[in-house]
Amino acid sequence: MGRSLEDLIIFILKRFLQLLPVLLGVIVLTFLVTHVAAIDPCPRWYQKASLAVINHCKAQFALPLWTQFWNYFTQLLSGNWGSSPLGVPVYPVISAAFPATLELVLTSMLIMIFVGIPLGVIAAQFAGRWGDHLVRVLYLSGWSIPTYVGAIIAAVFLAPFLGLPTTGEYSAPPPFPQVTHMSVIDAVIALNFPYTIDALSHLLLPASVLAFIEMGNATRMTRSAMLEVLPLEYVKSARMKGLSNFVVLYKHALRNALITATTVLGVTAGGLLAGTVVIEEVFGWPGIGAYAFAVLGGGGRPDFDGAIAVVVVFAIGVVIANLIADILYGVLDPRVEWR
Amino acid sequence: MVTSLKVRPVQRGFGSTAGPLGRRVWRSTRGLYRVMRANPLTFIGFVLVAICLMLALIVIVDPALIVPYGASQNTGAYKEPPTILRWPPSIQHPFGTDQGGLDIYSEVMLALPLDLGIGIGIAAFALVAGGMLGLIAGFWDQPRTLGGALSVIIMRTTDVFLAFPSLVLALAIVASIGRGVWAAILAIMITWWPYYVRLVRGETLAVKHLPYVTAARAAGVRDTRILTRHVLRNVLEPVVVYFTLDIGTVLVTFSTISFVGAGIPFPGKVPEWGSMMSFYQQNYVLSTYWWYITFPAIAIFMSALAFSLLGDGLRDVLDPRTRRALAESSSFHEPPPEVPQPAAAPDAAESEEEAIEEEAREVGAAA
Repeated sequence: MGRSLEDLIIFILKRFLQLLPVLLGVIVLTFLVTHVAAIDPCPRWYQKASLAVINHCKAQFALPLWTQFWNYFTQLLSGNWGSSPLGVPVYPVISAAFPATLELVLTSMLIMIFVGIPLGVIAAQFAGRWGDHLVRVLYLSGWSIPTYVGAIIAAVFLAPFLGLPTTGEYSAPPPFPQVTHMSVIDAVIALNFPYTIDALSHLLLPASVLAFIEMGNATRMTRSAMLEVLPLEYVKSARMKGLSNFVVLYKHALRNALITATTVLGVTAGGLLAGTVVIEEVFGWPGIGAYAFAVLGGGGRPDFDGAIAVVVVFAIGVVIANLIADILYGVLDPRVEWR
Repeated sequence: MVTSLKVRPVQRGFGSTAGPLGRRVWRSTRGLYRVMRANPLTFIGFVLVAICLMLALIVIVDPALIVPYGASQNTGAYKEPPTILRWPPSIQHPFGTDQGGLDIYSEVMLALPLDLGIGIGIAAFALVAGGMLGLIAGFWDQPRTLGGALSVIIMRTTDVFLAFPSLVLALAIVASIGRGVWAAILAIMITWWPYYVRLVRGETLAVKHLPYVTAARAAGVRDTRILTRHVLRNVLEPVVVYFTLDIGTVLVTFSTISFVGAGIPFPGKVPEWGSMMSFYQQNYVLSTYWWYITFPAIAIFMSALAFSLLGDGLRDVLDPRTRRALAESSSFHEPPPEVPQPAAAPDAAESEEEAIEEEAREVGAAA
């Protein structure tokens, strides 16, 4: 069959190995964009910096391309990712910010699963009728709203109405240590109940906006997967047995359709991560998205080393999400042979 | 099994092209009508797209028709007296005025051609560039040939590009090469084509082993001709549908890049929705001056939604898998949406080679 435990390990290892060329490509492309494409990058990256800093930068760019690449490459691999023009090292900032973003993205993925997928089932159930049209308008609206518009509407107009906070992770600095840098989990670890509620209420709005904007893919893919499954014999026979509509839809049909829907994880990872750039900025979420907004020049203070690190980290995030989706699909779909 | 080889008589002469062309137009119009009837949302999307394009055309041809303060506003000749600054929407200024006395309705309308042009232009570039690469990568993919090597290179490069969230890569490009309209456009162009490579390659791989292609190959039709005549035609449909859907996404992404502050400066010569909103959002209290940002936001939303509705509806009807399922699952409620047949049969053969192909297709169909 090719689906024993050893086969699974080989399957996963193979996927890992396939990643390596892509990761190398990511590093090379980032180098091309940051080092080769620019004509006179120093004044642009180091605005308001001292002459010494700019001269140092110019000396770096005057080196032969190969040396530049080697310096860049070793710097990335060694974990010393340079520092901002003000002297703040990049790596600690990113490693502290990354879990916060992960928390946001995972939460919105949960919302997507628990709202977006049932919506897809509803759309398939009422295919071609008003329920279907309504769901379609809903997810296409998310698709058509620029992320910042959604975020601003939520922060300026919706939040006061719902009584939800709009900035940061907590209302007040927490009295417990931030072990994981994920606001809710930290509060849970500290067994601090009021702070857990506070953290959740801070998380809810940005995660919902992110989920709403990226929900289209999940809903759409669930809908077409359901439409493919519903006419099959086993669904018909389940109906004929006299099972209720709900059981047929959500237990028999959706289980099969969900296998296809796992690919959503890989498809939306890029969109979700890109969405954090604007959402974290608007909601003051201390994650890597807000950091990316700052270092890529959103606040008028671009940061060369930070930009490189952020772009590479985002790409790695997408690649890993795709890997997980791939493996998950392989595990869930019994037709996939692991060897 | 081949039972009979029937070659359609080759039509030549003056009158022969007019008939089939007319029939083709009629057929596609009727097909479009059926698509519209199958789903009211698709129809709404179609109407909205038509309205958007028409308004944009009017603004290009003669802004004075629908933009009351347009041209003079941008040259600085137009200036409201201080009493009309920061006006909420009124009859005179339907979208209100801003702190400098700019009529926001005029700004929003003036931005229409630019934003639509960027959306359509970038998506079209991605369609052509990515589509060609995808065709090549899908069609010549035998390993250990020149085409196979090329195909591997194309696909690996595409994978690398797809690893980046396009917004982040575009922002990095803009930060690196400098801000401005062209930098922002270039940045999206560079990041947008890979989706099309993957899509077109997949479609090509699916199409190229179909019997009629094999038959054409067996009949000795050249590779390039098979590609343009047989594969391209059948790949085109899903790709164009995706393209329609994609225009809205490009619009939204471009305005996001603008919003981060990398696009067109505002207030400036040509307004752009994203940069308008970015400017107002940074400088004013939005809960008080809500009309500053509401109307550009509605403009982006409506135009992106228009293309999305149309594209999503078309995709639903043209995707054979959902179509079949849709027809079966909704057979109790309404007749299945009828769909125009993909135009596989050419209307009038013009050359010897086509006559051969014709024959080959019949063989393929009969086999």
